[in-house]
Amino acid sequence: MIKVLLFAQLRDELGKETISIEANGWSVAELKGKMKAEYQLGGLETVMTAVNEEFADDDTILSDGDTVAFIPPVSGG
Amino acid sequence: MNFNLSKEPIVIQDVIDKVIKRNAGAVTTFIGTVREMTKGKKTLFLVYEAYEPMAIKKLEQIGAEIKERWPDAETAITHRVGKLDITDVAVVIAVSTPHRNDAYEANRYAIERIKEIVPIWKKEHWEDGETWVGNQLETVPYPTGKPKEGDIRD
Repeated sequence: MIKVLLFAQLRDELGKETISIEANGWSVAELKGKMKAEYQLGGLETVMTAVNEEFADDDTILSDGDTVAFIPPVSGG
Repeated sequence: MNFNLSKEPIVIQDVIDKVIKRNAGAVTTFIGTVREMTKGKKTLFLVYEAYEPMAIKKLEQIGAEIKERWPDAETAITHRVGKLDITDVAVVIAVSTPHRNDAYEANRYAIERIKEIVPIWKKEHWEDGETWVGNQLETVPYPTGKPKEGDIRD
């Protein structure tokens, strides 16, 4: 299983902070597609993705046990 | 621990103390505070949220980037999370270097990088609603690289 973390507007939109998805061997892009199709999560084109707390691109392949975080545009400072 | 998130009000002097060293001739401190008016709209309060373990890693990365560019610099950053009222301190960045110019430049570099790569979000609560604020720089972030020269704004 892959653990998916959601923050800020994405979490508000989905109504939860984490979900678990069977996505071993998928790319980040495929996971985004699934999030869009299954949870109607919008705006994923403009978010960054972190895999295990490091930024990753859409081609990154996921493995069981990975933690994926969708990072909306940040606004710290 | 030079790079922190804090649920409690930030003690500015504590952040400064972390960068004090005998070879420093300059310390710059940036204090980011909660502003009431933004483009004519009144903010009541803010809530900052962070992806905490990654945010700390990215603050540490900024420290490492500064070390690469200004090898004698010492950096400390504390960012607040949770609910903040108008005038509250949201972030404190302290940088010490042997000479003043580097301390100013490195400090500026740190705040610009925070706005690009550190997973912290602010939710503005207005009189007539609330919204998550994103992409204050209106640029695409640089997840792996460093900002180009022209990307450090004035």
